[in-house]
Amino acid sequence: MAYEKDLNLEATELRLGLPGTSEESAEKQTSATLRSNKRALPDMNEGSVSGDNHSNVAAAKKCDQETASPTKAQVVGWPPIRSYRKNCLQPKKTEAETARIYVKVSMDGAPYLRKIDLKGYKGYPELLKALEDMFKFKVGEYSEREGYNGSEFVPTYEDKDGDWMLVGDVPWEMFTNSCKRLRIMKGSEARGLGCVV
Amino acid sequence: MNYFPDEVLEPVFDFITSHKDRNSVSLVCKSWFKIERYSRQRVFIGNCYSTCPERLIARFPGLKSLTLKGKPHFADFNLVPHDWGGFLYPWIEALAKSRIGLEELRLKRMVVSDESLELLSKSFVNFKSLVLVSCEGFTTDGLAAIAANCRFLRELDLQENEVDDHRGHWLSCFPESCTSLVSLNFACLKGEINLGALERLVARSPNLKSLRLNRAVPFDTLEKLLMQAPQLLDLGTGSYVPDPSSEAYNRLKSAIQRCKSIRSLSGFLEVNPRCMSAIYPICANLTFLNLSYAPGLSGNELTKLIQHCRKLQRLWILDYIGDKGLGVVASTCKELQELRVFPTDPLGAGNAAVTEEGLVLISAGCPKLNSLLYFCQQMTNAALITVAKNCPNFICFRLCILDPIKPDPVTNRPLDEGFGAIVESCEGLKRLSLSGLLSDQVFLYIGMYAKQLEMLSIAFAGDSDEGMLYVLNGCKKLRKLEIRDSPFGNAALLEDVGKYETMRSLWMSSCEVTLGGCKTLAEKMPSLSVEIINESQQMEFSLDDRTVDKMYLYRTLVGHRKDAPEFVWIL
Repeated sequence: MAYEKDLNLEATELRLGLPGTSEESAEKQTSATLRSNKRALPDMNEGSVSGDNHSNVAAAKKCDQETASPTKAQVVGWPPIRSYRKNCLQPKKTEAETARIYVKVSMDGAPYLRKIDLKGYKGYPELLKALEDMFKFKVGEYSEREGYNGSEFVPTYEDKDGDWMLVGDVPWEMFTNSCKRLRIMKGSEARGLGCVV
Repeated sequence: MNYFPDEVLEPVFDFITSHKDRNSVSLVCKSWFKIERYSRQRVFIGNCYSTCPERLIARFPGLKSLTLKGKPHFADFNLVPHDWGGFLYPWIEALAKSRIGLEELRLKRMVVSDESLELLSKSFVNFKSLVLVSCEGFTTDGLAAIAANCRFLRELDLQENEVDDHRGHWLSCFPESCTSLVSLNFACLKGEINLGALERLVARSPNLKSLRLNRAVPFDTLEKLLMQAPQLLDLGTGSYVPDPSSEAYNRLKSAIQRCKSIRSLSGFLEVNPRCMSAIYPICANLTFLNLSYAPGLSGNELTKLIQHCRKLQRLWILDYIGDKGLGVVASTCKELQELRVFPTDPLGAGNAAVTEEGLVLISAGCPKLNSLLYFCQQMTNAALITVAKNCPNFICFRLCILDPIKPDPVTNRPLDEGFGAIVESCEGLKRLSLSGLLSDQVFLYIGMYAKQLEMLSIAFAGDSDEGMLYVLNGCKKLRKLEIRDSPFGNAALLEDVGKYETMRSLWMSSCEVTLGGCKTLAEKMPSLSVEIINESQQMEFSLDDRTVDKMYLYRTLVGHRKDAPEFVWIL
């Protein structure tokens, strides 16, 4: 997908909202299908493909381009992965729905907190990436000995005992079960936890 | 050839083992046909509806091993309704009534009922080996029957089946006298397992070479099993979540050191990534590593593990390895022949972590690569051309760009030239799956160069009937063609109807063939079975102009099948 290189005016734009939120992500998804003028993806409802429209499939589908984009991820049978594999890697909707774990996330210096569902992530890499995107920062490199190296931001959490722990030390499941809230520490405070900047 | 009595030819034929060769031998003359059929022990039936049990039994009385495939390939991706067909029971019923001494049964995409498993287990005294791949319809009760009744069972191999798990007594059904197990794979079962029974079973199976556990087998049991079976060649862990400070973890580390024969490793369905270092000692000798069901690892841990695996020939992983990780694979695994990279998030909005860069790195580092399945974010023509130059030995090349109509992101052009380079360079290519933005041009190249191609999968590609015609006319060895969502219609379908008799099957869904076109084809070719799968019930039989939702046709010796459900019309 080719994007025009912009002058990054967004960085200096004045607007309400937490640093890091933007409308970019929404754009990325819709332009993907509009970009191609060859063939749009079929409607979600497979049954209607062979419906009233007798004419050339490609022509008919061109009209549907604008509406096709949100269904991109829901084309039947695409990507071509065995259902067995899909079910293994993607827990069933109902399970996930009943097991949500919402925790507050605060970042030093941010005007207000956010909330995230820990069950929505499969592991630390995903969680850290989501936090990085949400608050526009980067964590350093994690090692058991030294914690997070190379950044002034350190992800921490409050566990069931009320202690502030470094994110990443214990297995993921153990973490999601004991995490009560998250806090992204910054700068000098973070050093107390063993972070070497 | 007429001078040799049968007794001389028979042992000669014993050396001919491949199905293709045996089929050719049987066509030479009547006498060879006769000798071959009496001496044939292994039969492969790629489409269970192409023949029937009675013909099989009549022709091959010495049958010991049968392989059957049922549903069409696209059934894997939910394109074929559940009760379409592919039932095992009639085969077992007929074989049970005959004198056939069945010893081995291998099934793929078949509907296997508990009744059929029970009948199987009771009908063949010397039954030794059951392999089920991508099957459905059975429960652990059926497995219990197999365990209980097959006294000389050597192999029970369940791969990616949908099994209704009634929670395991089935393992306890292996009698104490059963000591013949060589291979046991129940990784796809979802339910609890009787751990004590499992431990005792492994302890009394000195010939056990392959053991693949399911998620319900905890780390502690794994450790005990490894102590009992240091002779294993192939290990699939279930859950691998040790407590690093526990005694069990230390015991596992020493047990692993004793497992000097392990060449194949899989599992890690749940994993404590901190404890993968215990596995490093066996990595040096691994030839097959399957971590495609281990989403709990990170790219870093995966890469660290792979760096120890210098002898890998086959690698199945998830895409969180990233392009950089693939670079590590390329510099470490010089013997690599087969690579499969699956998406970590199959239903995600197409955010795969690998791109054309990873594939180029692999091609540069692994010149022996001959089989690829690659789910990626994007692909460029330049990359494919480089890959084609680096790896001319591809036999199987399957590329899946998560956005199926995505062009080359650098040039915004279709990927025709890239795939064209692949087919031109890889003269031995037998299987090809396309994706990305593609015009008729790519099919021109395929028809021109892909002379050994046997199976082709097309989705959202092409501009006109010309595309399909290039393929049908050019690919002389084509056996299976499956097409979805592409603008090919009656003109292409009907141009050379005789072609389909040289192929196993053709699948076309959401294309432009009409009911009338299919009817014409069925009329002209009585040796084909032309099925229309009509789930939406919208179609009326008389409206020939309507495009057909799903058409599946195949050559058959036995006419129309009798077990088709209501929504399947056989023309």
